[in-house]
Amino acid sequence: MLAFFLRRLGVMAMTMLCLTFVVFYLVNLEPNLRKLAISQTEMHASDEHIESWLTRNGYRRSFLERYAAWIGIWPKKPNIDPETSKQVSRFTYCEEPSVVVYAGVIEGDFGCSTKFKTKVADKLLPALRATGLLMFWVMVTMVPVALFLGILSGMREGSKLDRSISVISIATTSTPEYVSGVVLTIIFGTWLGWLNGSAASATGDGITFYNFTLPVITPAIYGMGYIARMTRASMVEVMTAQYIRTARLKGLGFYAVVLKHALRNALIAPFTVIMLQFPWLLTGVVIVEVMFRYQGFGLALVEAAGNNDIDLMLSCSLVSVLLVLVTQLISDVGYAFLNPRIRVQ
Amino acid sequence: MVEPILDIRNLSISFSTRAVEIPAVMDFSCQVMPGEAMGLVGESGCGKSTVALAILRDLARIGRITSGSIHFNGRDMAKLSEHELRQIRGSEIAMVYQEPMASLNPTMKIGRQLTEVLFIHEMVTKEQAYARALDMVKAVKLPDPERIMGSYPHQLSGGQQQRIVIAMALLAKPKLLILDEPTTALDVTVEAGIVELVKELGKKFGTSMLFISHNLGLILETCDRVTVMYSGEAVESGPIRDVFGSVRHPYTQGLFRSMPLLGTNRNSRPLIPIPGQLPLPHERPKGCHFGPRCSHFVDGVCNVSAVAMRSIDEAHTHHSRCMRVSEIDWHAPPEAATQTGAAGAGPELLNVKGLKKYYKAAASELFGGREARTVKAVEEVSFTAREAETLAIVGESGCGKSTLAKVLLGLETATEGTARYDETEIQSDPIERRDTKLISSIQMIFQNPFDTLNPSYSVGSQIIRTLERFGIGASREERSEMMLNLLDLVKLPRAFATRMPRQLSGGQKQRIGVARAFAGHPRMIIADEPMSALDVSVQAAITELLTTIQRQSRTTMVLISHDLSLVRYMADRIIVMYLGHIVEQGTAEQIFAPPYHPYTEALLSAIPLADSAAKKRKIVLEGEIPSALSPPSGCPFQTRCHMKSKVSGSLCEQVVPPMRELKDGHAMKCHLPIEILDQMTPVIS
Repeated sequence: MLAFFLRRLGVMAMTMLCLTFVVFYLVNLEPNLRKLAISQTEMHASDEHIESWLTRNGYRRSFLERYAAWIGIWPKKPNIDPETSKQVSRFTYCEEPSVVVYAGVIEGDFGCSTKFKTKVADKLLPALRATGLLMFWVMVTMVPVALFLGILSGMREGSKLDRSISVISIATTSTPEYVSGVVLTIIFGTWLGWLNGSAASATGDGITFYNFTLPVITPAIYGMGYIARMTRASMVEVMTAQYIRTARLKGLGFYAVVLKHALRNALIAPFTVIMLQFPWLLTGVVIVEVMFRYQGFGLALVEAAGNNDIDLMLSCSLVSVLLVLVTQLISDVGYAFLNPRIRVQ
Repeated sequence: MVEPILDIRNLSISFSTRAVEIPAVMDFSCQVMPGEAMGLVGESGCGKSTVALAILRDLARIGRITSGSIHFNGRDMAKLSEHELRQIRGSEIAMVYQEPMASLNPTMKIGRQLTEVLFIHEMVTKEQAYARALDMVKAVKLPDPERIMGSYPHQLSGGQQQRIVIAMALLAKPKLLILDEPTTALDVTVEAGIVELVKELGKKFGTSMLFISHNLGLILETCDRVTVMYSGEAVESGPIRDVFGSVRHPYTQGLFRSMPLLGTNRNSRPLIPIPGQLPLPHERPKGCHFGPRCSHFVDGVCNVSAVAMRSIDEAHTHHSRCMRVSEIDWHAPPEAATQTGAAGAGPELLNVKGLKKYYKAAASELFGGREARTVKAVEEVSFTAREAETLAIVGESGCGKSTLAKVLLGLETATEGTARYDETEIQSDPIERRDTKLISSIQMIFQNPFDTLNPSYSVGSQIIRTLERFGIGASREERSEMMLNLLDLVKLPRAFATRMPRQLSGGQKQRIGVARAFAGHPRMIIADEPMSALDVSVQAAITELLTTIQRQSRTTMVLISHDLSLVRYMADRIIVMYLGHIVEQGTAEQIFAPPYHPYTEALLSAIPLADSAAKKRKIVLEGEIPSALSPPSGCPFQTRCHMKSKVSGSLCEQVVPPMRELKDGHAMKCHLPIEILDQMTPVIS
C-alpha cells in the first residue's frame, strides 16, 4: 500500500512537471511578453524601450532557466537596472529579493499579479478558500440528492418513478448554468425576493443563506442530473445481476435487497464520476462566480486570463492540475475500498 | 398415501412481448415426493429454467402463468401473498444456480451472505447464526471454514463458490432444493465432487430435489425419477430405470443415440444426430412438437391435435407424450448405423519436442509493486501428430491445453523447445510473420460460435473474405462458387449465404465456423472445445460433420476438450495434461484401459455416464487444482493424488516423475511402481 502511494506520488510529480512546462511555455510566448512590457511601460513605447524592459526584468534569460527558477530549483538573480546599477523590482507593488536566492513555487513564491497589483499568494489563497467553501456546499447538496434520485429511479427500471426522475435529471443536465442561474435569480431574487441575486457581500460579511443559496444551487442542479443518470444506469445493471436474484430468492424483501445487496455494488461506478466533478467544479464555478460576483478562484482565473496576468495564470493552472491529480488518487483508492475484487490480497 | 412436496399440474407459462404472446411452457405436470430427487432434462430453450423460476414465483415481469397450478406442501403458490412468498423462499424452497460466481454478492463477505438467510427466517442471535453457518460450511467440506467465512467470493475457486451456494441453500433446512444446472460451469473432477456432496446432503437432511440439467449422465447419477422436456412440454417422465432402460419417446431415444458412449468410437458406433432443429416458440408445429424431426412421424396421426401425456405402464409411473407409443418397435436398431473402417494415419506432420511456454505474470495492476512471477503454462511437452490422425488434448481448465494450441497457431511464441510442422519450425513465428500458405494450412475451430462471426456481415461474404485472404480463387465469381461448395460441404442450404449470423442457430453458426476453417484446404485443424457451447443433439451433428470432412480431406485434427466421452469417440491418440505437464499419452484404447495414470483414472471416474448398465469405480479427488503461479513441488498431481501413499518415501513431493514408456508409445509421468500399475482394474465396466 505504501509503495503504491509513493509510486502514485511520483507519477503525480512527473505529470505536474510536464503540464506546467507546457503552460509555462504558452503563457510566455513572445506576444504575451511584449504585451506585458507595453502595459508596464508606456502605451507607445518604442521597440528598444520594450526590449530593454524585458532584458532588465530577466525575461530574456534562457527559457529553461526561467522555468527552473519559477519552479524553484534554480536560483533567481535579482534584476539590476543597467543605468543606476541598483536592484529594481519588476513591478512597483511587489518586493523582489535583492540577492541570489531560490524563490520559486516550491519555496512558496508564486510571483506577482499585475492585475490585482499584489503578490499572487495574497490573492490566490483567499480566492481558493472562498471557492473551496462554495464547492463544499455544492457537493454537500448535489451528491446525496443525486445518489438518492439515481437509486430510486434505477431500482425499478421503467416504472413511473423512474421515468419522472429521468425526465427531471435530463432537463437539469441540459440546462447550462448561465440559463438556470438567470432563471433562478429572476424567480427567487427579483420576483419572490427570498434570496440575494449577488454573492458579493459573502466575501466581506461572510456567507448567509440569503446571499449564498443561489450560487450553490445553480451548479448543484446542473451536476445533479448527470450523477443521477450515472447512478441510475449502474443501479439498473446491478438490479439484473444474478446475485440480486439470489438475495430475492433467499426471502429478502424488495427494499432489503436494494439496501443490503444492490446499493454498495451500484455505487462503485458513480464514485469515479463524483470524483471527476471536483475538477469540473473548480473551472465550472467560473460562470457562477462571475454571474454572482463572488470573489473566488473562478473570478481570479477570468481576470488573469483577460489581463495577461502571467504569474497568476501559471498559479491557477498549477492549482487545477493538482486538484485533478489528487482527486484521481482519492478516486482510485476509494474505488479499491468499495470494490473488494481489486483490493490487495 | 404420501402427499407430494411439489405438485405441478398442467402448468402453462407465457411471455408477452409487444407483438405476440409466446408460450414458453405448456401443459407441464410433475410431482416431487418427500425425500425424492426429480430430474428435469432438456436442451436449451425447452423451458426447464422457466419452470424452476415459476415454482418460486420469480418470473420476469413479462412472464405469466396462464393456466394450471403449482402446489407446494399442499399450498397453492399462486394464492400466496408477497409476505408468505418471502417466508417460503430461502427457508422452504431454496435454489442453487448455474454460475456460482455471479450468484454471490461480490462486495459482501461469505459469512454475512450465509448468516443473512438465518436472520431472515429465524429468530437467532448473531453467535447462533455464525455457529450454524460455520457448521454448514464444514458440512459442504470446505477446508479452513473460519477463513472462508471471512473471505469475499472472488477469493474462492469456482468449486468452492458452488459449495457455498449449496451451503446457503441448505442453511434453513428447506424441504425442496432446486438445482439449475449446478455443475455446468465447473470442471469434471470438481463436478464429481459437487454431485457427490449434493447426493450425500440430500440424504442427510431428507431434502427433496428438483435437479435441472442438460446432461443425462448427471441425472442418472443423482435422481430417482426424471422428466424429459422438449419445446416447452414434458415428453416423457418416469422412474429413472424405466426411462433410461426402456425409452418410450422418440426424442428421448434421439438424445441417447446422439451421445457418444464410452467404449465406442466413430468407427464402431457412429452418432445419429436428431435431424432438423428446435422449433422457435412461435413457430411450433401443430400436434406433436417433435413431429417434423421424428423418424416415426405419420401424417394425419401426429400432426392433428395436441398430444396428451399418457400412462404407458400398469403402475402408472411411466408417461410418454407420443401418439404412436404402442406402434413403434422401440428395440429396432437405428437405421443409419453404418460402420466405417478407420482411416489409416499417414506420415508425421507435427513434431513437438520439449516445448515450454512461460508467462511473466504482471503483479496486481493497482497495488502492485511485488516482483513479477512466472506462470509455467506449458512445461516440457513432446508429442507428434500424423496426417489424417485425430490427436486429443484432454485436461481441466488451466492445464495449458489452450496455450499449447495458441503456440501452434502462432498466437503465442514458445519460450523453449521446438514445434516442427512439415519440415519447418514454427514455435517462434508469430502469426504476423507467417505466410498465407502456412496460416491457411493450420486453421482453428473455436469454442463459442456465437462470438466468432462478425454480426454485421452476411455469412457468405465472411467465407469469401477468408478465401480472399488466403489468395484462393481467381475472381469474385470463382470464390462465390467455392463458398457455395463449402456450404454444401457443411450441409447448409446454399440460401444461407445471404443470411446474417443472428439469423442462425448455434449449430448452424458452428457449421459456418467449420466451413471457414476448411476454406483454405488446411492440413491441420485445431479444434478448441468445438462442442462445449452446443446442445447434445447439435453436438452429434457437428461431431459427425467434422469426422466426415476430416476423413475425406485427410486432415490432421488436434482436438482440445475436457469431455472424455467425445474424446474417446473422435480421437486416435490422446494426451492428458495437468498443470502444464503431459501426464499420460497413448492411443485411445491405451488411455481408456488400465494401467492408468492416477489423474486419468480420476478423470474417467468423474464422467457422468448416461448408461444405466455401466458400473464404475468412484474416485473423488480432494482439493482444488493448484494455481500455475505456485505449482506444487515434485509431481504436479501430488497434492490431489489418491495413489500417493503407494509410492515409498517422499519421492512424489521431491522429484518430477520422468516420462516413462510402458509399451507401444503408451507413456506416463508417474512414480508408481510397475507392479501397482499392472494390478489396476478398469474404472468402467
